[in-house]
Amino acid sequence: MTVPIEHGFVLVALLWAIGLVGLLSRKNTLFMLMSMEIMLNAGALAFILAGSLWQQADGQVIYILILSIAAAEVGLGLALLIRLRQHIGDLDIDKLDEMKG
Amino acid sequence: MSAQILFYISGSIAILASLFVVTNKNAVHALLYLVVSLLALAMCFYLLGAPFAAALQIIVYAGAIMVLFVFAVMIFNINQTDIDREKHWLTWQSWVGPSLLVMVLLAEIVFVILSNQNWSTNPSSAVQIELVDARAVGTLLFGPYLLAVEIASFLLLAGLVGGYHLAKELPKRTTKDGGR
Repeated sequence: MTVPIEHGFVLVALLWAIGLVGLLSRKNTLFMLMSMEIMLNAGALAFILAGSLWQQADGQVIYILILSIAAAEVGLGLALLIRLRQHIGDLDIDKLDEMKG
Repeated sequence: MSAQILFYISGSIAILASLFVVTNKNAVHALLYLVVSLLALAMCFYLLGAPFAAALQIIVYAGAIMVLFVFAVMIFNINQTDIDREKHWLTWQSWVGPSLLVMVLLAEIVFVILSNQNWSTNPSSAVQIELVDARAVGTLLFGPYLLAVEIASFLLLAGLVGGYHLAKELPKRTTKDGGR
């Protein structure tokens, strides 16, 4: 009944990399938000793995905090996207360069 | 041993579903793949001895947050022109640069993980699946981590207020520059 801890962390790294590729290469902000969800989930899996490595409940506590961060992030992000869709008609991130920073 | 095989299967399902999320052109299909990925990760959590986290993953993540996504997509009113525009955006050139960079990063991380001798030589390194139940989590969460819980509640309140403020209708502009 064992899982090698390295394989778990390799799974974390793979999920994180997939999320990062999506975040970097998509132009649609909705998909960028979804990719960030994947990356957050990879982080959560890392905490759960560490928690079960040391047999402590701390990993799951941090997982719950990550969950609340994800909820707040998704709520705010989707509200911003709704406003963006009303404002420019689509969800292109490149159209958000109005400030010319 | 069977738990290990189940872990590998659900991990590969999570990776495949995440790949489909990232490469899909239709937002609704991508969302459903994201739900599959989250459920596979919930299976991983359960197999790692964290049933409470697995339940939360299903209830809060796959249940609540994904429903929020689905409602937002419903408000976005995705139609065929959006999917066509997505096809137009997603050329193979846009994948090359990020994929190469992230590939290098991933290789580095995997190398560091696999070359850590503390994990691979120590016989107790492999996770002995022992249950960390909800009672232990709750005792810890509302004991030493109480301040973190309060801060998380502030964060959620800020998210609520911000979401309400951002998603309500814009005031009608009366003058040319007014209403901002």
